[in-house]
Amino acid sequence: MKKPIAGGSARVEVLAPPRTARRGGAGAWLENERLLAAMLLTPTVLLLGLFIAYPFVMGVWLALSNTSVGNVGEFVGLRNFYKAWNDSIFRTAFWNTTWYTAWATVFKLTLGMWLALLLNRSFRGKRIVRASMLLPFIVPTVLSTFAWRWMFDPTFSVLNWLLYRGGFITTKLPFLSDGAYGMWCAIAVNTWRGMPFFAITLLAGLQTINPDLHEAASLDGANGWHRFWNVTWPLLKPVTLVVVVFSIIQTFSDFQLIYVLTGGGPANSTHLIATYAYQVGVATGLLGEGAAISLFMLPVLFVVVWLQLRYLRRLEA
Amino acid sequence: MVIERRWKKWVYFYIPLTLFVIGTLFPFYWMFVTAIRPDAELYRSWRAATNTPFWTLQPTLDHFRDLLEKTTFPQWLWNTFFIACVSTVISLFCGLLAGYALARLKFPMAGMLGTSIFVTYLVPPTLLFIPLADIIRSFQLGNTPWALILTYPTFLIPFSTWLLMGYFKTIPKELEECARIDGATRFGAMIRIIFPIAVPGILSAGIFAFTLSWNEFIYALVFLSSPEKKTVPVGVVSELIRGDIYFWGQLMAGALLGSIPVALVYSFFVEYYVTGLTGSVKG
Amino acid sequence: MAQVLMKDLNKKYDEVHAVKDVNLHIRDKEFIVLVGPSGCGKTTTLRMLAGLEEITAGEIHIGDRLVNDLPPKDRDIAMVFQNYALYPHMTVYDNMAFGLKMRKFPRAEIEQRVRDAAQLLGIQELLKRKPRQLSGGQRQRVAVGRAIVRHPQVFLFDEPLSNLDAKLRVQMRVELKKLHNRLETTAVYVTHDQVEAMTLGDRVVVMKDGWIQQVGEPLELYAHPVNKFVAGFIGSPAMNFADVTINDTGGVVTAESQGLRLQVPPAKAGALRAYKGQSVAFGVRPEDVHIATGADPAGLTFDAVVEVVEPLGSEILLDVRAGSSTTTIVARVEPTVRSKVKDSIKLAVNPERLHFFDPKTEQAI
Repeated sequence: MKKPIAGGSARVEVLAPPRTARRGGAGAWLENERLLAAMLLTPTVLLLGLFIAYPFVMGVWLALSNTSVGNVGEFVGLRNFYKAWNDSIFRTAFWNTTWYTAWATVFKLTLGMWLALLLNRSFRGKRIVRASMLLPFIVPTVLSTFAWRWMFDPTFSVLNWLLYRGGFITTKLPFLSDGAYGMWCAIAVNTWRGMPFFAITLLAGLQTINPDLHEAASLDGANGWHRFWNVTWPLLKPVTLVVVVFSIIQTFSDFQLIYVLTGGGPANSTHLIATYAYQVGVATGLLGEGAAISLFMLPVLFVVVWLQLRYLRRLEA
Repeated sequence: MVIERRWKKWVYFYIPLTLFVIGTLFPFYWMFVTAIRPDAELYRSWRAATNTPFWTLQPTLDHFRDLLEKTTFPQWLWNTFFIACVSTVISLFCGLLAGYALARLKFPMAGMLGTSIFVTYLVPPTLLFIPLADIIRSFQLGNTPWALILTYPTFLIPFSTWLLMGYFKTIPKELEECARIDGATRFGAMIRIIFPIAVPGILSAGIFAFTLSWNEFIYALVFLSSPEKKTVPVGVVSELIRGDIYFWGQLMAGALLGSIPVALVYSFFVEYYVTGLTGSVKG
Repeated sequence: MAQVLMKDLNKKYDEVHAVKDVNLHIRDKEFIVLVGPSGCGKTTTLRMLAGLEEITAGEIHIGDRLVNDLPPKDRDIAMVFQNYALYPHMTVYDNMAFGLKMRKFPRAEIEQRVRDAAQLLGIQELLKRKPRQLSGGQRQRVAVGRAIVRHPQVFLFDEPLSNLDAKLRVQMRVELKKLHNRLETTAVYVTHDQVEAMTLGDRVVVMKDGWIQQVGEPLELYAHPVNKFVAGFIGSPAMNFADVTINDTGGVVTAESQGLRLQVPPAKAGALRAYKGQSVAFGVRPEDVHIATGADPAGLTFDAVVEVVEPLGSEILLDVRAGSSTTTIVARVEPTVRSKVKDSIKLAVNPERLHFFDPKTEQAI
């Protein structure tokens, strides 16, 4: 018998009557690990299955058919892929996508790293500077790209005005009216938008590095550059890799930036895979061909995701 | 600290940082200046001697007035807000439950499910929009907010699940074990103990999901057709440009107003957003 | 009324067989301590008792109920965790009241019980605080308080003191013991610290590699360890071991190694004779080795060289090397002994307290 604790109140024990085990019945899933897991995962699996897995299968079927809007298609094998591959606009778009992804990633990484290193120091107003640096990333891309488009306007470009007043140019630069210029403009805007993501994520990585390491390195006689390469960079490599992978996926599959900035023009010279797929699949209504074009993104994404998973596995091991 | 000379600090720190700040914020300033500039000033030759591109002496709210009175912009704002909120709530609900199951429960195929959710995280919307448009049409959801409310979770759930799973793993599992001994079921311990503790993680995921849905473009572009159903990004693109003519003042006013809600949400929860952002890649 | 019975209890994970055929009868009101090195299965056993781990095979009874399939909440137990597991979003009061609320106790009853427990533990002042505002010792008390308000049939403790600093640990140890004397509830306590085990337990269960090695009262374990592991695990400083060869010359059984030649007392001689010519493990506790005096018979003494002197105040530990051997032996001697490093001394052992273990099974002979 348990003694009543302090105070000696002589109340009788009012232990809740032990409930009997609930095996089965309505409440069983509350306790059973597997049942509970199944219940908890059902909404997610349903939604993702219905709106990712199913569309994916459907996309593959569309790509193998000649479906168009209002027309149930028939199986045509790989004809859509073959056609796309022999289409010069598609080839340009594919090449553009690669070019765009490669350069934008390089710029975002370099500038993002630089900015992260700057923000990692302590200075007055650091919080507000850091917060404002993320603005390009959170403001809807379409809207901020319009601002850029206006800044690149053939007639009223403020950038041209600046360059002209600064004495760098005598005639206007054809920012968006020339394909090559257009791609570089898109790369610049993508860099402007994506760099904060790099900077803030890398900054978070930097903040986990023990400052003692830097002190030790400088006592060992390492200068700033050496400290970066021998201390910071190796420790930052894992997070950098992850950020780069995310950025590659997003950049490679980018749509809205080009859609707003150049619309693929002039003369289809600045299309990306996604914008071209939209033009063929939605604007023209050739669903089958459009689906095939967007599926061309898959191998690249697959390789990137595979690398990422392998890397994650290695981290867990 | 490593000691530096003063000029070095200017060259290596203040000047680059200032350039970064200007470069980052200039487009927003430009948006603002354009939005309050009268049309007469906007379309003036760039070589004109009186040109003062960086400010205006006759600020006007005409563009805003036109935008709010002559277009369905307020309706777009409301649509975007409604769709972003509902899809965020749905995604948080799913992400919380799934994240908990993956972080805490042992069941067959847990690893495989976790990996597949991660893989769907990396599937970009541009890969699926064409078949999805077909599916939306066959479900009779085309041109309704539900087309977006149901599809946005496809990229929000994997992200929230991933983020919350990481968060749950940082909560000692003894807490729920203790709750279960104290008289809660597994489910009860999850609801009463783990979820309240995970509130910061939930906030991070929520803020991030909200900004992502606010920014979404391609699904909204493809799935919605009537002007009054559109979201801000799509409305601005498709309705404020008549034919080939860009009304820049109105466009920039729209861009500014369309950015303010996310910017506000963001500014109130910067730290949570940053946690969400960095957590979204770390897991 | 709240005895605990474990029958042929087993726990297997995919690769690991963590708990093997555990049979244990914990009596009502008993304070029992499971002790052993990490990975010995003690925590797993406790967690199976709590219902936090599934039982692979065997049975657990609490009181007269078979609890194998009962979820933790229905087992009428309370547990104190190593990291205290205080709910960070609740005040101390709510932490303590949580279990009662879950069981739908009336509000006044909850209030009463929480106040009583808080008073008992001296934490009345803390009831409105959040766990993060508490010190380690205070958190510990809250965790204990949370367990006792429920008046459970069994208390479970999972290394509850190991996050405290040394001084606080000793203090809390005493308080836990007092508390148990007062509440008289069956308690199962897991620790890796043999001092805690000895001081707290009515009985102590020593485990290793998933097996129970020995169950007994603390002093019984100390005096009569059943095998070499228990002998070495219980006691600090640990028992001295040396490999010795058993010889039988004209009825006199001796245990010998380099520099050591001890005459086995008659009580053990019979059993040891069977190991004639073989090597066995010999063990003697430090306090059973002392500086030889004229009264010690020659067969129980040996020559040694002092290697390290550790003066502890109440006693001195001498680490010595026996003769020319590599065997070092620790002797716990009176603080009045004045020995210096490299001194040659003569030591004697207490003949009643010698231990011998089979070389293969390591069981006591």
